[in-house]
Amino acid sequence: MNRYSALGLLRGALGGHKHWQPAWRDPEPKAHYDIIVIGGGGHGLATAYYLAKVHGLRKIAVLEKGWIGGGNTGRNTTLVRSNYRLAPLHDFFEFGLKMWEHLSDELNYNVMFSPRGAMVLGHSDADMIRLAERGDAMRCDGIDAELLTRDQVARAEPLLDMSRSARFPIEGAMVQPRGGTARHDAVAWGYARAADALGVDIIQKCEVTGFVRDNGAVVGVETTRGRIGAGRVGICVAGHSGHVAAMAGLRLPIESQTLQALVTEGVKPMVNGVVMSNSLHCYISQSDKGGIVMGGDPDNWPSYAQRGQPTIVQGAIAQAIALMPALSRLRMLRTWSGVTDMSFDGSPIIGETPVRNLFLNGGWCYGGFKATPASGWTYAHTLATGAPHPLNAPFALDRFERGATIDEPGVGPLPNHR
Amino acid sequence: MYQIPCPHCGPRAQLEFTYERTVDSVVDPAAAPDEAMRALFTRANPRGLDEEIWRHTFGCRAWMVLTRHRVTHEITQVRATGPEALP
Repeated sequence: MNRYSALGLLRGALGGHKHWQPAWRDPEPKAHYDIIVIGGGGHGLATAYYLAKVHGLRKIAVLEKGWIGGGNTGRNTTLVRSNYRLAPLHDFFEFGLKMWEHLSDELNYNVMFSPRGAMVLGHSDADMIRLAERGDAMRCDGIDAELLTRDQVARAEPLLDMSRSARFPIEGAMVQPRGGTARHDAVAWGYARAADALGVDIIQKCEVTGFVRDNGAVVGVETTRGRIGAGRVGICVAGHSGHVAAMAGLRLPIESQTLQALVTEGVKPMVNGVVMSNSLHCYISQSDKGGIVMGGDPDNWPSYAQRGQPTIVQGAIAQAIALMPALSRLRMLRTWSGVTDMSFDGSPIIGETPVRNLFLNGGWCYGGFKATPASGWTYAHTLATGAPHPLNAPFALDRFERGATIDEPGVGPLPNHR
Repeated sequence: MYQIPCPHCGPRAQLEFTYERTVDSVVDPAAAPDEAMRALFTRANPRGLDEEIWRHTFGCRAWMVLTRHRVTHEITQVRATGPEALP
C-alpha cells in the first residue's frame, strides 16, 4: 500500500497525478476462508480490518452484494456521538468515539472527523431534567457532557429561534463537545484500503444466497459467485439482517424500516455544530461542503425498499424550520433513504446466534454510523475468539428472552413506536 | 406513497393508515412462554410478502389485515378484521 501523505500528493501533482493506484484489489473468491464477513459496509470492513490487524488472521473475506459502502454507510447523516444514558450504550459508543479521534491516523486515510459538538435541545422543564439526568449518567462514566442555558444555546447556534413565541421554545440544551461528524464514504474506503493492505479479500458483486450447513453448523456460504467455505461466518448487513438470517432459519428481534434524510444546496457556515431534538426527533448539521443535512423519523412501517414517503421528509423539514427559520430560504438538493434494522429495544445486536459458527451484527436502528469503529473492534473480537468482548456482551441476541433488554427510550418491544 | 384499499372506504391514501404489527406477532393470551416470547420479540421480517395489521386511523378507524410486499409495496390481499385480530 502506498502511504498517503501531503508530500506524496505534492509529488503526484507535479507528475500530473498519474501515480494513483486502485486503493484495494478486486480478487476472485478463494475456495475457503477462516472468516467470512457478509456485508461490505463500514461495519463489515472495519471488522475485517481489526480481524487482520488485532487478531493477526490472514484468510478473511468480505462479501458485498453491491459495491462497498453503497448501503447504509452511504445513506446516513454522518453524526458521531456517545451521549446515551444507559451504561452499556454509552460505554460502547464512547469506546468508539475515542477510536474516531485517531481513525484518520490509524487508517492513513482522512475520514474528516470533526468534533464540532453534538447538542440536544430541551424544550421544557421536563426535557431539561431528562437531559441533566442523561448528562450526569455520562459524566459518572467519564464522558463529556455539559448542560447549557438558553443564553449559551443562543451563543452557540445564533440562528436558532430563541423567541418565547417559537413553535418549539428552547429552554436549554445538553451538549457533548467531543461529538461531531465524519465523512461517511471515507470511512468505508479507508477501512477497505487498510484491510486490503493486510490481505483481506474484498469481494464485491457477490451476494450470499444461502448457508452451507454440516450437522447444523455453518461451514460456508452459497453466493452468486459460487460456494465459499468458511470456519466462521459473520452477518454484518444491518437493514437486511432479517433476510440473511432467515436463510439460516433464524427469526430475529428486528423489523426493517426505511429511514430518510436530506441535504440542501451548499451555503456559507450557518450551523456550527450538530443540533438535535429528541422531543421532535429532528437533527441538523452542516457538511464540510456547506449543505445542511437533516433527518427525522423512520417511516414507521416495515419496508425493504430504499425509498421513503415524502410526507416524512416534509415533517423533518417542518421541524427543522421551526427550530431554525433561516433554513426555509434553502433549496433541497436531494433526499435518500436507507433500510434500517429496527431492533425491539432500540439497541444493536452483536454476538453469537443459536447456529454454530454463525454470528450476527445488526439491529443498529438509526444509529449505526457512529458505531463503525467500535462495532468492527468488538465484532472482530467475537469472531476471532468465538466469545463476546466485554463491551458487546450486553448486546447478545438472547437478551430478549432473558429479560435483559437495553431500552434507552423505555418504550417496549414495538419497533414502529420508537 | 401508495394507496391502501380499505375494505370499508375503498382506495385511500396510505397517509390515513397506521401500521400496527404483523399478524404472527399477536400474542395469544393462552400461549406458552416460549411461544409468547417468539410472538412478542421476533419477526419473520421477509424481503417479500407478509401479513400486516393496519388501521384506517385517520378515516373510518377500522382494523384490517393487508398482505403487502415489503419491497414493491404491492398489496395482494386486504381483509376486514374484527376483535380477534386486535392486539
